[in-house]
Amino acid sequence: MTLERTEELALNLGPQHPSMHGVFRMVAHFDGEIITKIDPKIGYLHRGLEKLAESRTYAQFIPYTDRLDYLAAPHNNMAYVQAVEKLANIQIPERAEYLRVIFAELARIASHLVFIGSLALDMAGWTAWGYCFRDRERILDLFEMTAGSRLTVNAMRIGGFSQEVPDEFWPALKSFLDDLPEMLEEYQGIFYGNEIAMGRMKSVGILTKEDAANFSTTGPVLRASGVKHDLRKDAPYGIYDRFEFDVPVLYGCDSYDRGLIRLLEIKESAKIIRQAMRDIPEGPIMAKVPKVLKPPVGEVYHAVENPKGELGFYLVSDGSTKPARLRIRSATFINIQLLPAISPGWKIQDVIAIFATLDAVLGEVDK
Amino acid sequence: MDALNKLPLNIAAAIRGLFGDPHSIWADLTMTVIGIVLVIVLIVLAALILILLERKIGGWASQRPGPNRLGPRGWFQTIADALKLLGKEDVTPAEADRFIFKIAPMIVFALPMMTLAVIPFGMGMVPIDLDLGIMYYLAISAISTLALLMAGWGSNSNYSMLGGMRAVAQMISYEIPLIFSLLGVVMITQTFSLSKIVEAQSTIPFVVIQPIAFVIYFIAGIAEVNRAPFDLVEADQEIVAGPFTEYTGLRWGLFFLGEYGNMTAVAALITTMFLGGWQGPGFLPGIVWFFLKVGIIIFLMMWIRWTFPRMRIDHLMGLAWKVLLPLSLLNILLTGLGIYIYQYVLRIGG
Repeated sequence: MTLERTEELALNLGPQHPSMHGVFRMVAHFDGEIITKIDPKIGYLHRGLEKLAESRTYAQFIPYTDRLDYLAAPHNNMAYVQAVEKLANIQIPERAEYLRVIFAELARIASHLVFIGSLALDMAGWTAWGYCFRDRERILDLFEMTAGSRLTVNAMRIGGFSQEVPDEFWPALKSFLDDLPEMLEEYQGIFYGNEIAMGRMKSVGILTKEDAANFSTTGPVLRASGVKHDLRKDAPYGIYDRFEFDVPVLYGCDSYDRGLIRLLEIKESAKIIRQAMRDIPEGPIMAKVPKVLKPPVGEVYHAVENPKGELGFYLVSDGSTKPARLRIRSATFINIQLLPAISPGWKIQDVIAIFATLDAVLGEVDK
Repeated sequence: MDALNKLPLNIAAAIRGLFGDPHSIWADLTMTVIGIVLVIVLIVLAALILILLERKIGGWASQRPGPNRLGPRGWFQTIADALKLLGKEDVTPAEADRFIFKIAPMIVFALPMMTLAVIPFGMGMVPIDLDLGIMYYLAISAISTLALLMAGWGSNSNYSMLGGMRAVAQMISYEIPLIFSLLGVVMITQTFSLSKIVEAQSTIPFVVIQPIAFVIYFIAGIAEVNRAPFDLVEADQEIVAGPFTEYTGLRWGLFFLGEYGNMTAVAALITTMFLGGWQGPGFLPGIVWFFLKVGIIIFLMMWIRWTFPRMRIDHLMGLAWKVLLPLSLLNILLTGLGIYIYQYVLRIGG
């Protein structure tokens, strides 16, 4: 007897669907429960940020970068202001550098917490989600103390840092870092160590090393496929060369490793923050920057390792107060192109999990 | 305490007394109607309380407050939600199979009423005492598969259809270990009557003698009522709400009532078969013991729902066919051997 084939169905997931992160939309074609083809559709959040930059001065564009990867706004700020500083050749004070690192690594932890929570939630693991968001709240409180805003933290300026952190910041930061190992153990227990979660993610959604490289994947997705690539180590920016930390690399190439690597990265980020807290000098936080900034004619590309991968800003200056061209190389825009490539053959439920492990933030994809 | 235990019986006798001949057909009819009304009230009340309880427990599990705005500590939230559902527009999709679409929620709501009708709630308090109570219960609860398939098919939507198909695959698979797990108890008591099974547990609840069957029934029961981690039928992250996607207003509300009614029914059967039903230490009346045990089982189910991620469909099937089914067969074998040895010892000793 030959196996009966069922009719192929097309299922629309998104842009408003309980599993979708942001306004991503995909049309899934499947046979029974097996996916045959994924047709991703993006652009529901397109705001034309690159074009907007051409009509704003260099400083005016900083708040727009918050809206790229809104889960890790400090990274976007940092990538942009460092690109402008590179272009205009501005040296910034030591203390500002350290504050930038602390904020960036806190944002990495916050972003990874959202990742773990939403990965769990995509498998209906409500409690793990609750834990992650409970703990992320403390990081957002830290941001609020300094910048006033919680999500679109806009604390970095061209030439330094917007303001000194308040006195209560340091004890709160320290207590958060002290509690962090216990939190990670909780996530391990309730989600990563769970038999059902392991069954759903182990050996599922294989992304080989070659594929990862061919799609120019970056960030944790690449590192979970066995490639050691981290801009903080490979092309240090700011003062990252002063810190001692490891780059976690996993070789499973599956959804589980892509999930687990975030947990390991949180530990490394905490290590960096502790060193920065120890070494941070007193002093000014802002360099002397002209009121009207006119960088010399030229172009620059500056990339940082944001929680999702390589976030790069390519700036062209024509000597005026506004950039002639801005191009954003965002990590998830490239990473989610993997989805149609690695999804076929897996079940619908697997694909939901695979998509979650790619950690897409649609603000960054659609720009 | 004995008086309290017998109070419902005495009330029933008093009502029957009003008819002159306490066993006339009119007296029987009246008692049946009263029993059914009580079961309906029980299901609606249970749903109202359980929905709130579920949200509170969910909040407690994931460390949020849960509903806390309406009334003292949010206790009126479900009532407000139910009122809101009443005011919603009743939409039938243009492409739907209207008859099937409309009748499915009614069936889902009717089933727990029918199953709860044979459960002994207290001493002598069985709305309808059937000799084949277990058979009746299993037969009726199996119909809910059909109702979900009708809802999925009738909606004429891909999400619904996928959910309906999953419901059939899942519930038929879990029916088998579910039924086999109950056989052990039937072998020991030599009866299908639920009230006699409760009476047989006056000294020791069957969970002690039949622990494997209890665990199997508990797992299969959760799968049977489609609750997490087996809620593939209405997996919102994949198929929005499965068969319920296209329903609005009161029809959707009926599905909700049905779900919590089914949950109560499964918990009630677990209590009856394994936990000794209304039997318990004498300081509380039987009916309180019964609902206490039902409450504990429901709490366990909610706790599991909020803690575990959802299973994948092939693992789900694997669990039913490769683990639960062999285990339940093994349990029947062990029970048979146990009974044989017990009788042998009795004969030697006697």
